[in-house]
Amino acid sequence: MRRNVLRHNLLTALLLGPATAWLVVFLVLPFVAIAVFSVGERAPEGGYQAAFTLTQYANLPARATAFWNTMVLAPAGALACLLVAYPVAYYLALRAPERWRLILLALVVIPFWTSLLMRTYAWMYVLGGRGIPALLAYVGFDDVRLINTPGAVLLGIVYGYLPLMILPIYVSLERLDRRLLEASADLGATPISTFLGVTLRLSLPGVMTGFSLVMILLLGEYLIPTLLGGGKVFFIGNALVDLFLQSRNWPFGSAIAITLVLVSVVVLLVANRISTRLSGARRVDLI
Amino acid sequence: MTAVPDIEFRGVTKRYGSVTAVSGIDLAIPPSAFVALLGPSGCGKTTCLRMIGGFEQPSEGAVFIRGRDMAGTPPYRRPVNMVFQQYALFPHLDVEDNIAYGLRQARPRLSSREISLRAGEALAMVRLAGYGRRKIHELSGGQQQRVALARALVNKPAVLLLDEPLAALDKKLRTDMQIELQNLQREIGITFVLVTHDQEEALSMSDFVCVMNGGRIVQLGQPSEIYDEPADLFVADFVGKTNLLSGKVAGHSGDLVEVALADGTVIAARKRTSLRQDEAVAVSLRPEALSLGAPGSGRLNGIVRNRIFLGSTAEYAIEVGGIGTLLAKADHLIGGRNLFKPGEPVAIGFTSGTPLAFPDPKNNGTNQRENKHVEIIS
Repeated sequence: MRRNVLRHNLLTALLLGPATAWLVVFLVLPFVAIAVFSVGERAPEGGYQAAFTLTQYANLPARATAFWNTMVLAPAGALACLLVAYPVAYYLALRAPERWRLILLALVVIPFWTSLLMRTYAWMYVLGGRGIPALLAYVGFDDVRLINTPGAVLLGIVYGYLPLMILPIYVSLERLDRRLLEASADLGATPISTFLGVTLRLSLPGVMTGFSLVMILLLGEYLIPTLLGGGKVFFIGNALVDLFLQSRNWPFGSAIAITLVLVSVVVLLVANRISTRLSGARRVDLI
Repeated sequence: MTAVPDIEFRGVTKRYGSVTAVSGIDLAIPPSAFVALLGPSGCGKTTCLRMIGGFEQPSEGAVFIRGRDMAGTPPYRRPVNMVFQQYALFPHLDVEDNIAYGLRQARPRLSSREISLRAGEALAMVRLAGYGRRKIHELSGGQQQRVALARALVNKPAVLLLDEPLAALDKKLRTDMQIELQNLQREIGITFVLVTHDQEEALSMSDFVCVMNGGRIVQLGQPSEIYDEPADLFVADFVGKTNLLSGKVAGHSGDLVEVALADGTVIAARKRTSLRQDEAVAVSLRPEALSLGAPGSGRLNGIVRNRIFLGSTAEYAIEVGGIGTLLAKADHLIGGRNLFKPGEPVAIGFTSGTPLAFPDPKNNGTNQRENKHVEIIS
């Protein structure tokens, strides 16, 4: 008996070991380091100098614009993503002919096989002076500016993160028991009432999963605002790169990073709470 | 006769691609009846129910509800409600909100007071008062069944449709629910249309049984008619247990036909259709129409192979040379005389009624028919 238990524990430890080591080295330790940096001071020559001070946190308002842009564009981006993704997921799960479904799903995922960097560069050209604005000028609309605007960043975000939103919503709609829709119609509900009262309600876990996934990734987004927003639409991600690599103010960068992590956690908890409340016992699949 | 039927099928055919699920059905269901659509899986009974509910459209013909042609009327505008197989209760709503779902769809809107009042009445009707705030997954199968019933009945439909409503329940609960459904139907007085593949359920609950096979109605009648006077071989075989003995028409005497069984015994039988001399037939003998006695006292002689004790009765599988294994049901308590042991020789007599003979296309005259009930025993 005891030897069995011992062997069992040993096996468990062996199986969990690699993942634990990985997480400790690449997640926990860096996080601790960042936390320690965030209460330190910038060394005169750049980098970190040991100290205990909260001045970095007090300094956060200096990057208020980056925070503001992120806090507005991340939820707006996730919301725009959702509005585009839901009809697509709905069509794929409930309307698409059976034999086309896999092919259509593959089409959703295939863009992922090309790097986001490449695809965002492509958008730079499409939105840039020789892209759509040139076409518009040809038909008489001069001086339309698309690149380096918040709209361009939003477009890039929706484009880049769409599959991440479609897939969880698709899964939750696919799992939906079709007889519930018939039961709803049988009880006198019009198609619209059925959609709002049953379909949408029961797909909320997927919606919340997709929304929090995209939202969290957007909170740390760097690439899309850099390429499509120019210098003008500054995200927290851009501020971090700037602080760590350009001005070498590690403690301030760390304070911003820690704040970002806390915001992400709060977003997740709220999303989880909402989804649990609205759809019964099911939780967001992300945590 | 003058009353408008609650449900009427006129020449209804339903095709899925090249498959015909229902072909040319005419059926009128009178008001306040409890009707069972009975048949094996794939016979079209569920398709018929779904055409009443509006989930399928007939390819030909029309379905009428209380005299109104339902062509083009979507499910949410039909005055019928359905109890779905496995209930299809809304998992995100509690019991009361499930029941109130239909009431909330009503236009003009009902007041919230009226909704909760009627939902409460419906809960009480299915004996679930006090369960309103429970989650669906907290209920047992039988309770979910009753919520599904209340959810449908609370809307006061003209007709209640039940799609294999008892299939998911265990035997004891099923019997209770059969009685409960029968009582509910009498209390409310609306038409119930039940779809089932379980002949016992159909016979025990309904006023009329509509036996279907291959997309057609083969017989419509009261349960006792269906059981005692089956229209054809399929109904005789499908409804209740029966022994089907292969034979050939040996002659006619008045209304009766004389059938020579495989072992040469000639028995008199009634017929549904005219039968030719030497035509292959199957004679249906219910197990309870057979009596057992001492060897030499009956029409056929055999040897007891198995005895299945059933409490007040017992069933015997009896091997009869040249004919096969017959199933006989005996009231074994009478004087203990009907207690036979495996291996014992017995005589089989025919007690009640005259057996029925049906044309039997599968019988080539010499081979004996497979008896499906006996396979289970041995």
